[in-house]
Amino acid sequence: MKYNWDWTVLISEPYMDWLISGFGWTIAVSLLAWILAFSLGSILGILRTVDNKILRGFATGYVELFRNIPLLVQMFLWYFVFPELLPHDAGMWVKRDLPMPEFTTAAVCLGLYTASRVAEQVRAGINSISIGQSHAGLAMGLTPAQVYRYVLLPVSYRIIVPPLTSEFLTIFKNSSVALTIGVLETTAQARQIEEYTFQGFEAFTAATLLYILVTSTVMLLMRLIEGRVRIPGMISLGAK
Amino acid sequence: MYKRISLIAIACVLLLAGGIPSYAQESSVLSRIKERGTVNMGHRESSVPFSYIGDDGKPQGYSIDLCMKFIDAIKAEVGMPELKINFVPVTSQTRIALMANGTIDLECGSTTNNLTRQKQVDYLPVTFITGTKLASKKDSGITEIEDLEGKTVALSLGTTNEKAIKRVAEENGINIKTVMVKDHPQGWLSVETGRADAYASDHVLLYGLISKAKNPDDYHVTGRFLSYDPYGIMVPRDDSTYRRLGTVTLADLMRSGEAKQIYDKWFNPGPTNINMPMSDTLETAFEIQALPH
Repeated sequence: MKYNWDWTVLISEPYMDWLISGFGWTIAVSLLAWILAFSLGSILGILRTVDNKILRGFATGYVELFRNIPLLVQMFLWYFVFPELLPHDAGMWVKRDLPMPEFTTAAVCLGLYTASRVAEQVRAGINSISIGQSHAGLAMGLTPAQVYRYVLLPVSYRIIVPPLTSEFLTIFKNSSVALTIGVLETTAQARQIEEYTFQGFEAFTAATLLYILVTSTVMLLMRLIEGRVRIPGMISLGAK
Repeated sequence: MYKRISLIAIACVLLLAGGIPSYAQESSVLSRIKERGTVNMGHRESSVPFSYIGDDGKPQGYSIDLCMKFIDAIKAEVGMPELKINFVPVTSQTRIALMANGTIDLECGSTTNNLTRQKQVDYLPVTFITGTKLASKKDSGITEIEDLEGKTVALSLGTTNEKAIKRVAEENGINIKTVMVKDHPQGWLSVETGRADAYASDHVLLYGLISKAKNPDDYHVTGRFLSYDPYGIMVPRDDSTYRRLGTVTLADLMRSGEAKQIYDKWFNPGPTNINMPMSDTLETAFEIQALPH
């Protein structure tokens, strides 16, 4: 291979700063999106299991809509098409005065998309608990809300820690799609360095390592949580 | 490792040809082309009118035509008139990697030749000269970069244009907001939907974008050149025999006036009606690069 390796490009100005700043945006977009995805996904997941047909239908509709459209397309729709559907002034506000439009759009879009996936896991967690438990709760005089709060959710959230870990990892990797609407996150910066210096292999190696760094941190963290909250007999901890 | 492969390649060529072809000793690219029986040409898919997919699904354009002349010269040099051409689509992200790992033997697109990039690849003589300009709505009152004070400009990620706008803005203390986009169509969309007041790119590409806009009369390309971007055909580095073959081909075309004819075919007015007669700078560049034998 006729390639002129030059690893110093990674520590030279301004390229190192670009990578650091890109890494910061990756973390910021992902964490914000995760907060949104986790909260909204939890609500939607619960709604998918309630008795009310309208609420259940709404949640199901949301999940199917957001889960079935490619993330790349959703990014484009939120960024370019959504403002055009608003009244002119509101649209201009979104396009011009919204603070950090690319960043906000990317975090919201990624959050709404991941919420549909989290919702499915929350639903699966709740459905995995035998129906006898909620019957028992109701028989004891708990309201349906109390059954969720004290019987179903404490168990189901513990069961779904492993799949939630996957979602949490995925959101960091999916955040790279934000580059298509101009968020200068890690992958975008690596591409930028490639275009400027033609040292693409070095730049993408650095980006890969940064992603591995953040995903292994998340994995360790989730392992700890998993170990702390596990219910003996209901979930096995691989390492132990 | 690489040397060993070249030695084996040379040995094979010697066995096949039964003689010592002069280039085989020096040019690894020519010997691998001869060995394969194909030349791999990297091309772009939407760099109009340099290198793009035509209605018949085949790559075409100004750079492609020039590369075909170079390939004719390669055919003559390796003595294989039936040499096959394998078209490999590349993007601005993949072109360097594919050239460094030996997948493509030449890249025919719209690639700026600069000194940093020459650490990684070599270029044939300059075949087109462009630079950064702005495209904006005619009624926006924007004619120069100074008019963008407090306004928003769309910039394509990782382009020489982005670099140029940021540098000029900094030098002159102009306060410009930027919107980063991933490609030319999105940059143009930002201007059409009012997200940005102007889009900065190579002037030739801006003319192309406007010619395809919904209302081409509402927009104009404006301002002075904010950067100097000479385009060149890209070839693998460290192979002066191969590169010289390309330089000779292009110098001959420029001397005979054939290069100008090919230019006119694509630009004046050209199949996409781009209507860009050859600039004085490019004409001079052709004269200077038409080195004698």
